[in-house]
Amino acid sequence: MNGLVPLAAEVTSSTARTITITLFLFFVAVTLAITIWASRQTRNATDFYAGGRTFSGFQNGMAIGGDYMSAASFLGIAGLIALYGYDGFLYSIGFLVAWLVALLLVAELLRNSGKYTMADVLAFRMRQKPVRTAAAVSTITVSIFYLLAQMVGAGALVALLLGIKPGQTFLGMDAATAKVGTIVLVGALMIVYVTVGGMKGTTYVQIVKAFLLMGGAILMSIMVLAAYRFNLSTLLGDAAAASGKGEKFLEPGLRYGIESASALDTFYSKMDLLSLGIALVLGTAGLPHILIRFYTVPTARAARKSVLWAIGIIGVFYLLTLALGFGAAAMVGSANITAQDKAGNTAAPQLARELGIRYLGGDTGGAALLAVIAAVAFATILAVVAGLTLASSSSLAHDFYANVVKGGQASERQEVNVARIAAFVIGAVSIVLAIFAQNLNVAFLVALAFAVAASGNLPAILYSLFWKRFNTSGATWAIYGGLISAVVLVFFSPVVSGAATAMFPHQDWQWFPLSNPGIISIPIGFLCGWLGTILSGESDADKYAELEVRSLTGAGAH
Amino acid sequence: MSTDAPETVSTEPEPERGRYLAVQQSAEFAGLRKALRGFVFPATVAFFLWYALYVILSAYARGFMNTRIGDTHINIALIFGLLQFVSTFLIAWYYARYAARKVDPIADKIRHDLEGGAQ
Repeated sequence: MNGLVPLAAEVTSSTARTITITLFLFFVAVTLAITIWASRQTRNATDFYAGGRTFSGFQNGMAIGGDYMSAASFLGIAGLIALYGYDGFLYSIGFLVAWLVALLLVAELLRNSGKYTMADVLAFRMRQKPVRTAAAVSTITVSIFYLLAQMVGAGALVALLLGIKPGQTFLGMDAATAKVGTIVLVGALMIVYVTVGGMKGTTYVQIVKAFLLMGGAILMSIMVLAAYRFNLSTLLGDAAAASGKGEKFLEPGLRYGIESASALDTFYSKMDLLSLGIALVLGTAGLPHILIRFYTVPTARAARKSVLWAIGIIGVFYLLTLALGFGAAAMVGSANITAQDKAGNTAAPQLARELGIRYLGGDTGGAALLAVIAAVAFATILAVVAGLTLASSSSLAHDFYANVVKGGQASERQEVNVARIAAFVIGAVSIVLAIFAQNLNVAFLVALAFAVAASGNLPAILYSLFWKRFNTSGATWAIYGGLISAVVLVFFSPVVSGAATAMFPHQDWQWFPLSNPGIISIPIGFLCGWLGTILSGESDADKYAELEVRSLTGAGAH
Repeated sequence: MSTDAPETVSTEPEPERGRYLAVQQSAEFAGLRKALRGFVFPATVAFFLWYALYVILSAYARGFMNTRIGDTHINIALIFGLLQFVSTFLIAWYYARYAARKVDPIADKIRHDLEGGAQ
């Protein structure tokens, strides 16, 4: 169904396969070499958790870009714009604006007062065990939601690359087997990056990936815009015409805030739009894998600089998603996209194939560009999963093992060994879960991770940094209240059951009408934090003075 | 209760704990807090409301958002979205400038005094 005659399609896919596999193996070889080099530089816990705190603001800014622009950004948003037009752009906006929360309220203060993990700040003036346990639970939950999204993206990509359509096989594998195989492969690689390279290796992998992804996105965007003589209006007009939905394709409302005959459905759909909007903008500053990146630079000022660089690179990238998404709608067409992947996750690589055919000399050129972009997408996914795995294994080792189980008495070596073991366990768990989530759009899955982060982590972080009265009970209430309400609402939402597109489409235990829980669970997180605080008499003015002075001035910073 | 004692290995000299309370209550520190909060709180409220306005208009003011600019395919919804990019870049740039001028010098002085005093 990809618009080519069968013979050409076969040539295309076998060429693309060869190039992609070659490029991908090259990327893996280079990043493994970096990882092994980094492992030689990793001597102590600070090297493993925080890359020795020697990265520059620019390097860390690029690494943040590499950590943040995930499969959701590249594959997911392009797919949503290609299928639903304007509504996909909402993600780009929310994902970018969210950085202001990190810049203004969190990055510098966190860098000054923490050491390795998000919980270092949350537990600063609290009783260590309950707060660190809660923070570890929350870190791992958010990271696993996020990991799922990346692995689903990898699975979707491989089926496109290997040219496997339903009913066909490659090396004796059908599409489903190949997807599972890829998910396992990606999981195995991320475990290697993290256990061997630690934060140093992971950071370099993310920097390399940021350049590759920007290069790929800029190249494709220029090709798309050149086809329309750099006239955005013509591109939009063509995308609208090709979508079969006319001007509606360029307006809000095809995917979110759908206006239907039922007033109740319309109300729920609009609430879902608001809920998504809030989750996107408040989630970033609660993502553990992003927060720990601020520890890799020497000072708070370098942390600020790295956020500025990150906002620059991420902002440019999200502007390009317009060209990628509407370009895919105009040049590939939604029928071709949904034939390959129902959720639209393969729109960007399919667009690459079309652009290659157009500019680089027919089917071979198409195969070549598809292969390059697919390799970039794999690099994207690997860099992000490595960051996520590192964040969650750091938290398990530093927060839970060293400070809760060992009461702060673990040696650095023990801690780092536990982190390595934890990376294995988390990798294995996410491989298994990803196999069940394959029908969901990856941008959408990441939005759920954002909702969980905004509900479970952000209230506790903000209260910790800015509210004198905040205490242990408030912190644990905020984290568990936000986290549990978000996860429970997702579990009973149409995402998990009771809808054709759900994870379990044939079961139905759904009662919560919204697919994103943020609008309910984020206020619950803030409310629980407040209530837990005032119900407890605990308060430590000395420790708050220390936290406030250290976080604002950088005195005694690690 | 606090078990972070083994964690205080630092490259910088560690100020005495008792000194923090005194610093926190000093007029100089109050000025630092005011300089920082005086910018970041209003800026946060402003960009959040501006973003919320965009999301709410996308949900409830479809007629307005769907207005096309001239006879192009560009509509107000797209312009509004692009303006969110512009405002984000501007706030980030302005904050960096503000912090370097008004916040960093006070923070440096207090830190210097604290760390010098601990030796």
